[in-house]
Amino acid sequence: MDARMLDGNAVAGLLQEVFAVEITTAVGTCAGCGASEPVGAVHVFEGAGVALRCSHCDSALVKIVKDGSRVWVGFPGLRTLEVAV
Amino acid sequence: MSFVSRGFRGRRRDEADSARVPPGQYVTHDFPVLSAGPTPHTPLDRWDFSIAGEVDEPRRWTWEEFRALPSEEVTADIHCVTKWSKLNTAWEGVSIDTLLDGVDTSAEYVVQFSDGGYTTNLPLEDVTGGKAWIVFGYDGEPLEPEHGGPARMLVPHLYFWKSAKWVRGLRLQSQDEPGFWEVNGYHNYGDPWQEQRYWGD
Amino acid sequence: MAGAALLGRLTWQLASVVDVVPETSRVKTIVFDVPEWPGHRAGQHVDVRLTAEDGYQAQRSYSIASPPNRARIELTVEMLEDGEVSPYLTEELRPGDQVELRGPIGGYFVWEPSSGGPLLLVGGGSGIVPLMAMIRARAGAGSTVDTRLLFSSRGWDDVIYRDELAGLEGNGLRVVHTLTRSQPPGWTGYARRVDGAMLAEVAPPPADRPRAYVCGPTPFVEAVAEALVQLGHDPPSIRTERFGPTGG
Repeated sequence: MDARMLDGNAVAGLLQEVFAVEITTAVGTCAGCGASEPVGAVHVFEGAGVALRCSHCDSALVKIVKDGSRVWVGFPGLRTLEVAV
Repeated sequence: MSFVSRGFRGRRRDEADSARVPPGQYVTHDFPVLSAGPTPHTPLDRWDFSIAGEVDEPRRWTWEEFRALPSEEVTADIHCVTKWSKLNTAWEGVSIDTLLDGVDTSAEYVVQFSDGGYTTNLPLEDVTGGKAWIVFGYDGEPLEPEHGGPARMLVPHLYFWKSAKWVRGLRLQSQDEPGFWEVNGYHNYGDPWQEQRYWGD
Repeated sequence: MAGAALLGRLTWQLASVVDVVPETSRVKTIVFDVPEWPGHRAGQHVDVRLTAEDGYQAQRSYSIASPPNRARIELTVEMLEDGEVSPYLTEELRPGDQVELRGPIGGYFVWEPSSGGPLLLVGGGSGIVPLMAMIRARAGAGSTVDTRLLFSSRGWDDVIYRDELAGLEGNGLRVVHTLTRSQPPGWTGYARRVDGAMLAEVAPPPADRPRAYVCGPTPFVEAVAEALVQLGHDPPSIRTERFGPTGG
Protein backbone atom coordinates (compact mmCIF):
# COMPACT_ATOMS: atom_id res chain seq x y z
CA MET A 1 0.00 0.00 0.00
CA ASP A 2 1.41 3.31 -1.06
CA ALA A 3 0.60 6.25 1.18
CA ARG A 4 0.77 8.52 -1.84
CA MET A 5 -1.78 6.61 -3.83
CA LEU A 6 -5.05 8.40 -4.56
CA ASP A 7 -8.26 7.30 -6.21
CA GLY A 8 -10.09 8.32 -9.35
CA ASN A 9 -11.67 11.32 -7.62
CA ALA A 10 -8.25 12.94 -7.74
CA VAL A 11 -8.31 13.15 -11.54
CA ALA A 12 -12.01 13.87 -11.91
CA GLY A 13 -11.39 17.56 -12.58
CA LEU A 14 -8.67 16.88 -15.12
CA LEU A 15 -10.77 14.32 -16.98
CA GLN A 16 -13.86 16.49 -16.94
CA GLU A 17 -11.72 19.29 -18.38
CA VAL A 18 -11.01 16.98 -21.31
CA PHE A 19 -14.18 15.02 -21.80
CA ALA A 20 -16.84 17.39 -20.51
CA VAL A 21 -18.58 14.51 -18.79
CA GLU A 22 -18.37 13.40 -15.19
CA ILE A 23 -16.11 10.42 -15.49
CA THR A 24 -15.80 9.02 -11.97
CA THR A 25 -19.03 7.05 -12.24
CA ALA A 26 -18.09 5.61 -15.65
CA VAL A 27 -17.26 1.93 -15.31
CA GLY A 28 -13.99 0.73 -16.79
CA THR A 29 -13.16 -2.86 -17.63
CA CYS A 30 -9.52 -3.81 -17.23
CA ALA A 31 -7.89 -5.36 -20.30
CA GLY A 32 -5.48 -7.14 -18.00
CA CYS A 33 -7.71 -9.01 -15.57
CA GLY A 34 -11.23 -8.27 -16.79
CA ALA A 35 -12.36 -6.63 -13.55
CA SER A 36 -14.82 -3.76 -13.81
CA GLU A 37 -14.99 -0.79 -11.46
CA PRO A 38 -16.01 2.86 -11.46
CA VAL A 39 -13.25 5.25 -12.46
CA GLY A 40 -13.67 6.84 -9.03
CA ALA A 41 -12.39 3.64 -7.46
CA VAL A 42 -9.28 3.09 -9.55
CA HIS A 43 -5.86 3.70 -8.06
CA VAL A 44 -4.19 6.93 -9.12
CA PHE A 45 -0.44 7.50 -9.11
CA GLU A 46 1.24 10.79 -9.83
CA GLY A 47 4.58 10.39 -11.57
CA ALA A 48 5.87 12.51 -14.42
CA GLY A 49 2.28 12.08 -15.63
CA VAL A 50 -0.73 10.46 -14.03
CA ALA A 51 -1.36 6.72 -14.18
CA LEU A 52 -4.72 5.16 -13.38
CA ARG A 53 -4.29 1.54 -12.36
CA CYS A 54 -6.70 -1.31 -11.89
CA SER A 55 -7.31 -1.77 -8.17
CA HIS A 56 -7.31 -5.54 -8.65
CA CYS A 57 -4.24 -6.23 -10.78
CA ASP A 58 -2.35 -2.88 -10.95
CA SER A 59 -2.40 -2.77 -14.77
CA ALA A 60 -2.06 0.74 -16.14
CA LEU A 61 -5.57 1.44 -17.41
CA VAL A 62 -5.15 5.07 -18.41
CA LYS A 63 -2.22 7.47 -18.68
CA ILE A 64 -2.58 11.24 -18.63
CA VAL A 65 0.05 13.83 -19.51
CA LYS A 66 -0.75 17.52 -19.57
CA ASP A 67 1.07 20.61 -20.73
CA GLY A 68 -0.39 24.11 -20.80
CA SER A 69 -2.69 23.58 -23.74
CA ARG A 70 -2.74 19.86 -24.55
CA VAL A 71 -3.73 16.75 -22.63
CA TRP A 72 -2.70 13.31 -23.85
CA VAL A 73 -4.93 10.55 -22.58
CA GLY A 74 -3.89 6.98 -23.34
CA PHE A 75 -6.03 3.93 -22.61
CA PRO A 76 -3.51 1.11 -22.85
CA GLY A 77 -5.18 -1.11 -20.28
CA LEU A 78 -8.82 -0.18 -20.61
CA ARG A 79 -10.86 -2.64 -22.59
CA THR A 80 -14.07 -0.62 -22.38
CA LEU A 81 -15.46 2.38 -20.63
CA GLU A 82 -19.18 2.45 -19.92
CA VAL A 83 -20.59 5.96 -19.57
CA ALA A 84 -24.19 6.80 -18.63
CA VAL A 85 -25.81 9.20 -21.08
CA MET B 1 -1.58 34.04 -16.89
CA SER B 2 -3.58 36.91 -15.54
CA PHE B 3 -4.66 36.27 -11.99
CA VAL B 4 -2.09 36.36 -9.21
CA SER B 5 -2.95 35.12 -5.73
CA ARG B 6 -2.12 37.93 -3.33
CA GLY B 7 0.63 36.91 -0.97
CA PHE B 8 1.16 33.41 -2.36
CA ARG B 9 4.78 32.37 -2.63
CA GLY B 10 4.68 28.59 -2.81
CA ARG B 11 7.53 26.28 -1.96
CA ARG B 12 10.90 27.86 -1.52
CA ARG B 13 12.20 28.29 -5.02
CA ASP B 14 15.70 29.48 -5.44
CA GLU B 15 16.96 31.88 -8.02
CA ALA B 16 19.95 29.66 -8.46
CA ASP B 17 22.84 30.02 -10.84
CA SER B 18 21.08 30.02 -14.19
CA ALA B 19 23.95 28.17 -15.80
CA ARG B 20 22.93 25.17 -13.74
CA VAL B 21 19.16 25.44 -13.94
CA PRO B 22 17.55 24.58 -17.27
CA PRO B 23 14.78 26.79 -18.66
CA GLY B 24 11.45 26.60 -16.86
CA GLN B 25 12.87 24.84 -13.81
CA TYR B 26 13.05 25.91 -10.18
CA VAL B 27 15.42 24.58 -7.53
CA THR B 28 13.93 22.55 -4.71
CA HIS B 29 15.50 21.60 -1.40
CA ASP B 30 13.34 18.61 -0.71
CA PHE B 31 13.21 15.45 -2.81
CA PRO B 32 9.73 15.01 -4.25
CA VAL B 33 8.54 11.46 -4.71
CA LEU B 34 6.78 10.83 -7.98
CA SER B 35 5.73 7.43 -9.16
CA ALA B 36 3.68 5.91 -11.96
CA GLY B 37 2.76 2.91 -9.88
CA PRO B 38 2.96 1.20 -6.51
CA THR B 39 6.39 0.81 -4.94
CA PRO B 40 7.69 -2.68 -5.67
CA HIS B 41 9.39 -4.63 -2.89
CA THR B 42 11.55 -7.22 -4.59
CA PRO B 43 13.61 -9.03 -1.97
CA LEU B 44 17.33 -8.76 -2.61
CA ASP B 45 17.70 -12.53 -2.84
CA ARG B 46 15.36 -12.46 -5.83
CA TRP B 47 16.68 -9.26 -7.42
CA ASP B 48 18.84 -9.40 -10.49
CA PHE B 49 19.99 -7.00 -13.17
CA SER B 50 20.20 -8.04 -16.81
CA ILE B 51 21.68 -6.77 -20.02
CA ALA B 52 19.69 -8.35 -22.81
CA GLY B 53 18.52 -7.85 -26.38
CA GLU B 54 20.90 -7.47 -29.29
CA VAL B 55 24.05 -8.47 -27.47
CA ASP B 56 26.42 -11.31 -28.13
CA GLU B 57 25.75 -12.75 -24.73
CA PRO B 58 23.11 -11.62 -22.26
CA ARG B 59 24.52 -10.73 -18.85
CA ARG B 60 22.98 -11.10 -15.45
CA TRP B 61 24.09 -10.12 -11.95
CA THR B 62 22.57 -11.11 -8.65
CA TRP B 63 22.56 -8.46 -5.92
CA GLU B 64 25.80 -9.81 -4.45
CA GLU B 65 27.45 -9.90 -7.85
CA PHE B 66 26.20 -6.42 -8.67
CA ARG B 67 27.48 -4.98 -5.38
CA ALA B 68 30.85 -6.59 -5.97
CA LEU B 69 31.33 -4.55 -9.13
CA PRO B 70 33.45 -1.42 -8.94
CA SER B 71 31.24 1.48 -7.93
CA GLU B 72 31.75 5.20 -7.69
CA GLU B 73 30.33 8.26 -6.04
CA VAL B 74 28.48 10.58 -8.36
CA THR B 75 27.33 14.11 -7.67
CA ALA B 76 24.79 15.41 -10.14
CA ASP B 77 22.08 17.96 -10.72
CA ILE B 78 18.76 16.32 -11.56
CA HIS B 79 15.86 17.85 -13.44
CA CYS B 80 12.29 16.61 -13.30
CA VAL B 81 9.89 17.40 -16.12
CA THR B 82 7.41 18.57 -13.48
CA LYS B 83 9.73 21.58 -13.14
CA TRP B 84 11.79 20.96 -10.04
CA SER B 85 15.55 20.64 -10.16
CA LYS B 86 17.72 19.42 -7.35
CA LEU B 87 21.37 20.38 -7.36
CA ASN B 88 24.33 18.43 -6.08
CA THR B 89 22.54 15.17 -5.44
CA ALA B 90 24.96 12.56 -4.16
CA TRP B 91 24.73 8.97 -5.33
CA GLU B 92 26.72 5.79 -5.27
CA GLY B 93 26.47 3.34 -8.12
CA VAL B 94 27.92 1.29 -10.91
CA SER B 95 28.66 2.97 -14.21
CA ILE B 96 26.80 1.62 -17.21
CA ASP B 97 30.21 1.51 -18.88
CA THR B 98 31.24 -1.07 -16.29
CA LEU B 99 28.12 -3.12 -16.95
CA LEU B 100 28.60 -2.94 -20.71
CA ASP B 101 32.31 -3.61 -20.57
CA GLY B 102 33.06 -6.33 -23.08
CA VAL B 103 29.50 -6.47 -24.36
CA ASP B 104 29.47 -6.78 -28.10
CA THR B 105 26.58 -5.04 -29.77
CA SER B 106 25.54 -3.10 -32.83
CA ALA B 107 22.44 -1.82 -31.06
CA GLU B 108 21.87 1.91 -31.05
CA TYR B 109 19.05 2.11 -28.52
CA VAL B 110 18.38 1.03 -25.00
CA VAL B 111 15.16 0.33 -23.15
CA GLN B 112 15.35 0.39 -19.35
CA PHE B 113 12.83 -1.94 -17.76
CA SER B 114 11.73 -2.00 -14.14
CA ASP B 115 9.73 -3.92 -11.58
CA GLY B 116 6.10 -2.91 -12.03
CA GLY B 117 6.42 -2.62 -15.81
CA TYR B 118 7.80 0.89 -16.26
CA THR B 119 10.04 1.42 -19.28
CA THR B 120 11.92 4.33 -20.77
CA ASN B 121 14.05 4.52 -23.88
CA LEU B 122 17.22 6.32 -24.92
CA PRO B 123 20.00 6.15 -27.47
CA LEU B 124 22.79 3.84 -26.33
CA GLU B 125 25.28 6.67 -26.63
CA ASP B 126 23.37 8.55 -23.92
CA VAL B 127 24.19 5.92 -21.33
CA THR B 128 27.82 5.31 -22.22
CA GLY B 129 30.96 7.38 -21.83
CA GLY B 130 30.41 8.22 -18.18
CA LYS B 131 26.85 9.52 -18.54
CA ALA B 132 24.81 6.94 -16.63
CA TRP B 133 24.87 4.69 -13.61
CA ILE B 134 22.81 2.11 -11.80
CA VAL B 135 22.77 3.67 -8.36
CA PHE B 136 22.05 1.96 -5.04
CA GLY B 137 23.04 4.69 -2.63
CA TYR B 138 21.70 8.21 -2.13
CA ASP B 139 23.18 10.75 0.23
CA GLY B 140 25.36 8.15 1.90
CA GLU B 141 22.51 5.73 2.66
CA PRO B 142 20.98 2.79 0.81
CA LEU B 143 18.53 4.07 -1.76
CA GLU B 144 15.03 4.07 -0.25
CA PRO B 145 12.24 2.17 -2.00
CA GLU B 146 10.17 5.30 -2.59
CA HIS B 147 13.11 6.80 -4.48
CA GLY B 148 13.69 3.69 -6.54
CA GLY B 149 15.59 1.38 -4.21
CA PRO B 150 17.23 -1.09 -4.14
CA ALA B 151 18.60 0.31 -7.42
CA ARG B 152 17.59 2.82 -10.05
CA MET B 153 19.02 4.31 -13.18
CA LEU B 154 20.71 7.71 -13.04
CA VAL B 155 21.01 9.66 -16.31
CA PRO B 156 21.35 13.25 -15.12
CA HIS B 157 21.69 14.96 -18.48
CA LEU B 158 18.09 14.11 -19.41
CA TYR B 159 14.81 14.76 -17.58
CA PHE B 160 14.52 12.43 -14.65
CA TRP B 161 11.73 10.26 -16.06
CA LYS B 162 14.54 8.85 -18.21
CA SER B 163 16.13 7.44 -15.05
CA ALA B 164 13.97 4.45 -14.26
CA LYS B 165 13.26 3.63 -10.62
CA TRP B 166 13.39 -0.04 -9.56
CA VAL B 167 15.36 -0.80 -12.71
CA ARG B 168 15.99 -4.49 -13.42
CA GLY B 169 17.80 -4.31 -16.72
CA LEU B 170 18.61 -2.80 -20.06
CA ARG B 171 17.50 -4.16 -23.39
CA LEU B 172 19.75 -3.13 -26.26
CA GLN B 173 17.95 -2.76 -29.58
CA SER B 174 18.59 -1.53 -33.10
CA GLN B 175 15.08 -0.05 -33.10
CA ASP B 176 14.02 2.71 -30.79
CA GLU B 177 11.01 1.78 -28.66
CA PRO B 178 9.21 4.63 -26.89
CA GLY B 179 8.61 3.81 -23.25
CA PHE B 180 5.82 4.23 -20.72
CA TRP B 181 5.59 8.01 -20.90
CA GLU B 182 7.12 8.52 -24.35
CA VAL B 183 4.11 6.83 -25.93
CA ASN B 184 1.79 9.18 -24.09
CA GLY B 185 2.95 12.75 -24.70
CA TYR B 186 6.38 13.06 -23.15
CA HIS B 187 9.25 13.84 -25.49
CA ASN B 188 11.14 10.92 -26.96
CA TYR B 189 14.57 12.31 -26.01
CA GLY B 190 14.01 14.73 -23.11
CA ASP B 191 16.89 17.23 -23.05
CA PRO B 192 16.12 19.72 -20.26
CA TRP B 193 18.44 22.32 -21.79
CA GLN B 194 16.27 22.42 -24.87
CA GLU B 195 13.15 22.10 -22.74
CA GLN B 196 12.09 18.92 -24.55
CA ARG B 197 9.23 18.03 -22.26
CA TYR B 198 6.43 17.02 -24.62
CA TRP B 199 5.80 15.78 -28.16
CA GLY B 200 6.60 18.48 -30.62
CA ASP B 201 8.87 20.45 -28.32
CA MET C 1 -30.64 12.94 -13.51
CA ALA C 2 -29.44 15.65 -11.16
CA GLY C 3 -25.93 15.57 -12.56
CA ALA C 4 -26.70 16.35 -16.20
CA ALA C 5 -27.33 20.05 -15.76
CA LEU C 6 -24.05 20.50 -13.94
CA LEU C 7 -21.75 19.07 -16.55
CA GLY C 8 -19.75 20.50 -19.39
CA ARG C 9 -16.15 21.60 -19.55
CA LEU C 10 -14.88 22.81 -16.24
CA THR C 11 -13.57 26.35 -16.18
CA TRP C 12 -11.68 28.27 -13.57
CA GLN C 13 -13.68 30.90 -11.73
CA LEU C 14 -12.70 33.62 -9.30
CA ALA C 15 -14.24 33.07 -5.89
CA SER C 16 -14.21 35.79 -3.25
CA VAL C 17 -13.37 35.06 0.35
CA VAL C 18 -16.21 36.13 2.63
CA ASP C 19 -14.93 34.75 5.92
CA VAL C 20 -12.23 32.54 7.46
CA VAL C 21 -13.53 30.68 10.50
CA PRO C 22 -11.36 28.61 12.89
CA GLU C 23 -12.65 25.10 13.56
CA THR C 24 -9.73 23.73 15.57
CA SER C 25 -6.21 24.94 16.25
CA ARG C 26 -5.08 23.74 12.82
CA VAL C 27 -8.28 23.75 10.79
CA LYS C 28 -10.24 26.60 9.28
CA THR C 29 -13.35 26.91 7.18
CA ILE C 30 -13.19 29.37 4.35
CA VAL C 31 -16.46 30.78 3.08
CA PHE C 32 -16.57 31.83 -0.56
CA ASP C 33 -18.90 33.71 -2.85
CA VAL C 34 -18.70 32.06 -6.26
CA PRO C 35 -20.64 34.15 -8.76
CA GLU C 36 -21.44 31.47 -11.34
CA TRP C 37 -21.76 28.53 -8.98
CA PRO C 38 -24.04 25.94 -10.59
CA GLY C 39 -24.86 24.09 -7.37
CA HIS C 40 -23.28 20.88 -6.16
CA ARG C 41 -23.88 17.49 -4.55
CA ALA C 42 -22.69 16.48 -1.11
CA GLY C 43 -19.31 14.77 -1.41
CA GLN C 44 -18.07 16.70 -4.43
CA HIS C 45 -14.90 18.75 -4.37
CA VAL C 46 -13.33 21.75 -6.03
CA ASP C 47 -9.87 22.24 -7.45
CA VAL C 48 -8.13 25.35 -6.11
CA ARG C 49 -5.30 26.99 -8.02
CA LEU C 50 -2.84 29.51 -6.63
CA THR C 51 -0.50 31.59 -8.78
CA ALA C 52 2.61 33.37 -7.52
CA GLU C 53 3.92 36.57 -9.06
CA ASP C 54 6.55 34.72 -11.08
CA GLY C 55 3.87 32.52 -12.62
CA TYR C 56 4.50 29.47 -10.45
CA GLN C 57 1.25 27.61 -9.83
CA ALA C 58 0.10 25.09 -7.28
CA GLN C 59 -3.18 23.24 -7.44
CA ARG C 60 -5.00 21.11 -4.87
CA SER C 61 -8.41 19.54 -4.47
CA TYR C 62 -10.63 20.31 -1.47
CA SER C 63 -13.91 18.70 -0.55
CA ILE C 64 -16.88 21.05 -0.29
CA ALA C 65 -18.01 21.20 3.33
CA SER C 66 -21.24 23.08 2.75
CA PRO C 67 -24.43 21.26 1.80
CA PRO C 68 -26.09 21.86 -1.56
CA ASN C 69 -28.65 24.36 -0.34
CA ARG C 70 -26.28 27.05 0.91
CA ALA C 71 -25.63 30.11 -1.25
CA ARG C 72 -21.99 30.23 -0.31
CA ILE C 73 -19.40 27.48 -0.75
CA GLU C 74 -17.39 26.43 2.26
CA LEU C 75 -14.10 24.59 2.26
CA THR C 76 -12.64 23.24 5.49
CA VAL C 77 -8.87 23.07 5.27
CA GLU C 78 -6.32 21.57 7.62
CA MET C 79 -3.03 23.43 7.83
CA LEU C 80 -0.23 20.99 7.03
CA GLU C 81 3.14 21.95 8.49
CA ASP C 82 5.12 21.40 5.34
CA GLY C 83 2.24 22.14 3.03
CA GLU C 84 2.38 24.55 0.18
CA VAL C 85 -1.25 25.48 -0.35
CA SER C 86 -2.88 24.83 3.03
CA PRO C 87 -0.73 27.35 4.95
CA TYR C 88 -1.74 29.99 2.41
CA LEU C 89 -5.44 29.17 2.64
CA THR C 90 -5.51 28.98 6.44
CA GLU C 91 -3.00 31.65 7.44
CA GLU C 92 -2.77 34.21 4.65
CA LEU C 93 -6.22 34.50 3.05
CA ARG C 94 -8.41 37.36 4.21
CA PRO C 95 -11.98 38.38 3.44
CA GLY C 96 -11.92 40.19 0.13
CA ASP C 97 -9.16 38.06 -1.38
CA GLN C 98 -9.92 36.08 -4.47
CA VAL C 99 -9.06 32.46 -5.23
CA GLU C 100 -9.29 30.57 -8.51
CA LEU C 101 -11.36 27.45 -8.23
CA ARG C 102 -13.25 25.09 -10.50
CA GLY C 103 -16.00 22.68 -9.78
CA PRO C 104 -18.01 21.02 -8.57
CA ILE C 105 -16.19 17.84 -9.38
CA GLY C 106 -16.99 14.21 -8.75
CA GLY C 107 -19.91 11.89 -9.15
CA TYR C 108 -18.65 8.76 -7.45
CA PHE C 109 -18.13 9.91 -3.89
CA VAL C 110 -21.49 11.64 -3.56
CA TRP C 111 -24.65 11.05 -1.57
CA GLU C 112 -28.03 12.68 -1.53
CA PRO C 113 -30.96 11.88 0.74
CA SER C 114 -32.86 10.25 -2.12
CA SER C 115 -30.07 7.64 -2.38
CA GLY C 116 -31.19 6.22 0.95
CA GLY C 117 -29.27 4.08 3.41
CA PRO C 118 -28.41 2.74 5.82
CA LEU C 119 -25.34 4.93 5.65
CA LEU C 120 -21.93 4.27 7.18
CA LEU C 121 -19.60 7.25 7.14
CA VAL C 122 -16.02 6.70 8.28
CA GLY C 123 -13.72 9.70 8.44
CA GLY C 124 -10.13 10.21 9.50
CA GLY C 125 -9.13 13.76 10.45
CA SER C 126 -9.95 16.16 7.63
CA GLY C 127 -11.58 13.24 5.85
CA ILE C 128 -14.70 14.34 7.73
CA VAL C 129 -15.23 17.23 5.31
CA PRO C 130 -17.15 15.56 2.45
CA LEU C 131 -18.95 13.38 5.01
CA MET C 132 -20.06 16.54 6.83
CA ALA C 133 -21.52 17.88 3.60
CA MET C 134 -23.54 14.66 3.43
CA ILE C 135 -24.61 14.93 7.07
CA ARG C 136 -25.65 18.56 6.59
CA ALA C 137 -27.53 17.67 3.42
CA ARG C 138 -29.28 14.88 5.30
CA ALA C 139 -30.28 17.26 8.11
CA GLY C 140 -31.41 19.94 5.68
CA ALA C 141 -33.72 17.47 3.98
CA GLY C 142 -35.15 16.26 7.27
CA SER C 143 -33.99 12.75 6.43
CA THR C 144 -34.12 10.11 9.16
CA VAL C 145 -32.17 7.50 7.23
CA ASP C 146 -30.08 5.26 9.55
CA THR C 147 -26.69 6.99 9.49
CA ARG C 148 -23.64 6.12 11.53
CA LEU C 149 -20.56 8.31 11.57
CA LEU C 150 -17.34 6.80 12.88
CA PHE C 151 -14.89 9.68 13.20
CA SER C 152 -11.23 9.28 14.05
CA SER C 153 -9.36 12.28 15.44
CA ARG C 154 -6.12 12.73 17.36
CA GLY C 155 -7.68 14.31 20.45
CA TRP C 156 -10.88 15.93 21.63
CA ASP C 157 -9.73 19.42 20.65
CA ASP C 158 -8.89 18.16 17.16
CA VAL C 159 -12.42 17.04 16.42
CA ILE C 160 -13.61 19.17 13.53
CA TYR C 161 -17.30 20.20 13.72
CA ARG C 162 -17.46 18.68 17.20
CA ASP C 163 -20.30 20.75 18.59
CA GLU C 164 -22.31 20.78 15.38
CA LEU C 165 -22.14 16.98 15.22
CA ALA C 166 -23.32 16.73 18.82
CA GLY C 167 -26.24 18.97 17.96
CA LEU C 168 -27.22 16.90 14.93
CA GLU C 169 -27.24 13.55 16.71
CA GLY C 170 -30.59 11.86 16.90
CA ASN C 171 -33.23 11.46 14.20
CA GLY C 172 -31.38 8.39 13.00
CA LEU C 173 -27.86 9.88 13.13
CA ARG C 174 -25.37 8.30 15.50
CA VAL C 175 -21.92 9.87 15.96
CA VAL C 176 -19.11 7.73 17.34
CA HIS C 177 -15.71 9.22 18.00
CA THR C 178 -12.40 7.52 18.41
CA LEU C 179 -9.52 9.57 19.77
CA THR C 180 -6.25 8.00 18.83
CA ARG C 181 -3.59 10.03 20.65
CA SER C 182 -5.09 11.69 23.68
CA GLN C 183 -8.39 11.51 25.48
CA PRO C 184 -10.03 13.94 27.90
CA PRO C 185 -10.41 12.92 31.57
CA GLY C 186 -13.29 10.52 32.04
CA TRP C 187 -13.37 9.50 28.38
CA THR C 188 -15.19 6.21 27.94
CA GLY C 189 -15.23 6.12 24.16
CA TYR C 190 -12.87 4.45 21.71
CA ALA C 191 -9.23 5.37 22.10
CA ARG C 192 -7.50 3.58 19.25
CA ARG C 193 -7.25 3.49 15.48
CA VAL C 194 -10.29 2.26 13.62
CA ASP C 195 -10.14 -1.51 13.24
CA GLY C 196 -12.38 -4.39 12.35
CA ALA C 197 -13.68 -4.88 15.88
CA MET C 198 -14.70 -1.23 16.14
CA LEU C 199 -16.37 -1.29 12.74
CA ALA C 200 -18.23 -4.46 13.64
CA GLU C 201 -19.65 -2.67 16.68
CA VAL C 202 -20.54 0.56 14.90
CA ALA C 203 -21.50 -0.33 11.35
CA PRO C 204 -24.80 -1.76 10.23
CA PRO C 205 -24.41 -5.48 9.51
CA PRO C 206 -23.53 -6.43 5.92
CA ALA C 207 -26.95 -8.04 5.56
CA ASP C 208 -28.50 -4.56 5.78
CA ARG C 209 -26.47 -3.59 2.70
CA PRO C 210 -25.26 -0.23 3.98
CA ARG C 211 -23.65 2.32 1.70
CA ALA C 212 -20.22 3.11 3.10
CA TYR C 213 -18.20 6.26 2.45
CA VAL C 214 -14.64 6.29 3.76
CA CYS C 215 -12.48 9.39 3.58
CA GLY C 216 -9.14 10.49 4.98
CA PRO C 217 -5.43 9.87 4.54
CA THR C 218 -4.67 7.01 2.19
CA PRO C 219 -3.36 4.62 4.89
CA PHE C 220 -6.53 5.22 6.95
CA VAL C 221 -8.81 4.59 3.99
CA GLU C 222 -6.92 1.47 3.01
CA ALA C 223 -7.16 0.02 6.51
CA VAL C 224 -10.86 0.80 6.91
CA ALA C 225 -11.89 -0.42 3.45
CA GLU C 226 -9.94 -3.62 3.96
CA ALA C 227 -11.54 -4.16 7.37
CA LEU C 228 -15.04 -3.60 5.99
CA VAL C 229 -14.44 -6.16 3.26
CA GLN C 230 -13.16 -8.62 5.88
CA LEU C 231 -16.38 -8.08 7.84
CA GLY C 232 -18.35 -9.12 4.80
CA HIS C 233 -19.32 -5.80 3.26
CA ASP C 234 -19.60 -5.89 -0.51
CA PRO C 235 -16.65 -4.00 -2.06
CA PRO C 236 -18.78 -2.00 -4.53
CA SER C 237 -20.81 -0.70 -1.58
CA ILE C 238 -17.69 0.94 -0.13
CA ARG C 239 -16.76 4.25 -1.72
CA THR C 240 -13.46 5.81 -0.87
CA GLU C 241 -11.81 9.16 -1.15
CA ARG C 242 -8.11 9.02 -0.41
CA PHE C 243 -6.38 12.24 0.52
CA GLY C 244 -2.81 11.04 0.00
CA PRO C 245 -0.11 10.53 2.60
CA THR C 246 -0.90 13.31 5.02
CA GLY C 247 -4.58 13.88 4.42
CA GLY C 248 -6.36 17.19 3.77
